[in-house]
Amino acid sequence: METQSSQVGYNSKVEGDVIVTKVDAVINWVRKNSVWPMPMGLACCAIELMGVAASRFDISRFGMEVMRFSPRQADCMIVAGTVTYKMAPVVRRIYDQMADPKWVVAMGACASTGGMYRSYATMQGVDRIVPVDVYISGCPPRPEALLDAMMKLQKKIEKEPSFKQLGKETEEKRVWA
Amino acid sequence: MNEIVESLQPRFAGIKPRESSDHPAIQCPVGFILPLIECLRDEFDYKLLSDVTAVDWGEEESPRFSVVYHIFSIKAAAHIRIVADCEDDENPSVPSIVSLFPAANWHERETYDMFGIRFEGHPDLRRILMWDEYPYYPLRKEFPLAGIETELPDAEIAEETRAKVLAAPMMGGPFVAKEGEPMSRSEPRAKDQSWTEWSKKTLEEE
Ligand code: SF4
Repeated sequence: METQSSQVGYNSKVEGDVIVTKVDAVINWVRKNSVWPMPMGLACCAIELMGVAASRFDISRFGMEVMRFSPRQADCMIVAGTVTYKMAPVVRRIYDQMADPKWVVAMGACASTGGMYRSYATMQGVDRIVPVDVYISGCPPRPEALLDAMMKLQKKIEKEPSFKQLGKETEEKRVWA
Repeated sequence: MNEIVESLQPRFAGIKPRESSDHPAIQCPVGFILPLIECLRDEFDYKLLSDVTAVDWGEEESPRFSVVYHIFSIKAAAHIRIVADCEDDENPSVPSIVSLFPAANWHERETYDMFGIRFEGHPDLRRILMWDEYPYYPLRKEFPLAGIETELPDAEIAEETRAKVLAAPMMGGPFVAKEGEPMSRSEPRAKDQSWTEWSKKTLEEE
């Protein structure tokens, strides 16, 4: 709350119905409270992802309940599960199809590092093909851990310059091989 | 256990009972796979194909590859195992039994994917787990568990991300339980614990 109130100048005696703020603050405030996830459910972690969406954990408290299976309408790809080499190009293609600004959360040991699959078939971390914003440990992570990660992502969005990523995205957030 | 094998032997010259610790097993020449399995299905009620797989006995062995079929009889509640050694060690192949058991379709594709054994007469013999252009057969003995460096399945994405299929770091693994002890008492661990990312195992690098 602090960061937010410091972004807003409001004095009811002077300004009446007018609020003075920064464009960044408004845009980021809007963005961070409606992060529509792209559920990239690839393995068992996806079950926990579903748990987060259900009533007990209720991700809609953060404005994120609108799971979009169309990348065009999604803001944040939650990679939940084991990324095999066969699937990896598909993950990247879906990421490419998402509209800017976009974020990626690597959920679980598999998506972050390959997890227990030290094998020929598994990509050792999805960050080899897409830029990851938040990593979550655990196998699988508890739903609370995903919520925590999404809150961290909100904090991150809050601090970003709102125009930074547009267009330059693929160049700037370029992936390390 | 082996009455079936004995009763079949006069009809299929060359089949032998095979040593087995559980189900009756038949060692069968490649040429008899189709008629033998058809006979088992139609006359002995082995109507449920539960498994098709293969064994790689090692690069030096000949015959190197054996294809293994497990068929179940619902009436007798019994399995039977049929094993056929592939004649060619370089380009192993056996006849496909998809014409007898449609269930064999994906099993044979998987066996082809993992061992490179061709199933002649299969309607659609493509890889099923790895991507089509993958150059290796992962369950062959010479293939390391960590994998071999190669290209990503999608050239466009490979160029965009500069990512590759890389050998996985094994950290002294694979991780196995100590022999001779039950799993509950011996945690799986790497056989060579001295190996880390920083002090590499010399053995594997050569
Ligand atoms: S991290 Fe664990 S729970 Fe998640 S996909 Fe991998 S194996 Fe499954």
